[in-house]
Amino acid sequence: MMVSLLKHATFGQKCGGLLLLVLLAFALFGNGLAPNDGAYQDLDAILAPPSETHWLGTDHFGRSMVARMADAIRLSFMLGVLCVVTSSIIGVSLGVWAAWSGKKVDAVLNVFVNILLALPGLVIVLLFAAIVPGSFFVLYLAISLVQWVEYFRVVRAVTKTTVDSPAMQSSQMMGFGRWYLFKRHIWPAIAPSVFTLATFGCATAILTMASLGFVYVGMQPPLAELGLMMVELFPYYSDAPWLLAEPLIAIALLVLGFHLLGRKSS
Amino acid sequence: MKKIFFPRLFQLLSVIWGVGTLTFILMRALPGDMAYRIAASRYGQDNVSSDAADLVRQELNLDQGAVVTYFSWLKELLQGNLGRSLVSDEPVWQILQHMLGHSLLLASVALFLSFFIAIPLGLLGATFGKKVDQGIVVFSTTIRAMPVFVVGLIFILVFSIHWNWLPVAGFGSPEHIVLPALSLAFTLAAISNRVVRNAAIKAFYAPFYRFAQIKGLSSGRTFLRHGSRHIALPVVAFLGIQLVGMIEGIVMIESLFSWPGIGHGLAHAIFARDIPVIQGAALLMGILFVVLNTLVDLVCYRLDPRARRQA
Repeated sequence: MMVSLLKHATFGQKCGGLLLLVLLAFALFGNGLAPNDGAYQDLDAILAPPSETHWLGTDHFGRSMVARMADAIRLSFMLGVLCVVTSSIIGVSLGVWAAWSGKKVDAVLNVFVNILLALPGLVIVLLFAAIVPGSFFVLYLAISLVQWVEYFRVVRAVTKTTVDSPAMQSSQMMGFGRWYLFKRHIWPAIAPSVFTLATFGCATAILTMASLGFVYVGMQPPLAELGLMMVELFPYYSDAPWLLAEPLIAIALLVLGFHLLGRKSS
Repeated sequence: MKKIFFPRLFQLLSVIWGVGTLTFILMRALPGDMAYRIAASRYGQDNVSSDAADLVRQELNLDQGAVVTYFSWLKELLQGNLGRSLVSDEPVWQILQHMLGHSLLLASVALFLSFFIAIPLGLLGATFGKKVDQGIVVFSTTIRAMPVFVVGLIFILVFSIHWNWLPVAGFGSPEHIVLPALSLAFTLAAISNRVVRNAAIKAFYAPFYRFAQIKGLSSGRTFLRHGSRHIALPVVAFLGIQLVGMIEGIVMIESLFSWPGIGHGLAHAIFARDIPVIQGAALLMGILFVVLNTLVDLVCYRLDPRARRQA
């Protein structure tokens, strides 16, 4: 399966995948490059430029930036993957259910979707973040709540046409079970869209967390989080511009990686 | 027409219910003693005592049962009674009015600029060969990879701090709007120029367009008479999708540039735990979102004779 996936991937998707793998490796093993963990303050070396001991320099408390960047990227990956898994499972199962099981379920679910679509996603997440400030779990809950709607809408639309297709109807008449019909007919039809939605959703989730950190209502210090680090390091721009550049580049690479991975050949 | 207005009206009601409920939960679930916190924000951290907190608790009815308060909360909201800011004691409506003007100004300038960037870029990509198009794709992908506040931050660093051409933040003079509007416009245009390009290619290769050329119309005339409307329709429809990004962008950009609009107000209110203002700002954003979506629907309806025949 992996081989065939690689064969069908476009050049852009391979680049995106590689970029994400590099970032993931850094997130998992980057702590090993630092002399101490991300919380250790070396007050003799504040705002140090990149050197042999501190590969990415140190911040305004003398904390190693390698360790902090690794922590922040790991946190972003964690949130992105958790949100994608949760929202895609909810969105896909409800979408298939709504398209396959008659009008009542569909109507009820559509009311929910319309309510959720009435507010911009970031506003919903902001309100949730206001209820429980600085909580990773609530952030994850809010983002998943916003994102499952997209899966639902796409999956529902594609499943509707698949259910009516002659291929699936003849399968049904031959007496195959529901699970088989899903596996054989519906899943292959929705899988490409779900994959694209998942990569873009992951990027959006990461962006949302950084946005909240950036307006100071998301994760709270001393946690290492990309948006928060931008705010913290901005005042030191004239002394240490490389410090501000690090979270900026990291978030851009993360989002770029997911966007490249998700884009079908154009 | 009914098909356009009825679902939107339902959405409007759900906005009010959703925001009302969330802010109510926020009100009840706040960590720490809320009355004490409000008293502190009113009288200053040094002058606050538990007597002052008790006074606030009585004044704001913070000790009633949950269900009772919930329905009276929603009723107040439906009557348009948003209350006063817990921090400045100004009526929320007044604050919102002030913020709305600034936000609309920023949004319209940004939207206008984004058209100015996206339409020429899209047409360029559609008419000149593959090389130009690929260049534009690289540009769009790069901008898209950056969240709107990173674009804004880079603009600040380059144009305000490095070259000192434009003010870093604030409002008042026309120069203040340039950077926030430009950063928002770039993010919007990075996506919409692709839509313009695809719509243009579809129109340019359509049989009716070829026919107009063959019968001898000049290329400018063909474009205006036969191309422009066909290209406009998907672009306007896409605007509806982009509204989400636009409103989210406004929250971020206003906070970054200290632009006194709704987004800035919302972020500040959340930080200060000023619940009436949180509720008002979120409500206004939701209403604005639904109203603008309705406008997009109406414009599409005007542009597309097929939709009118169906209705």
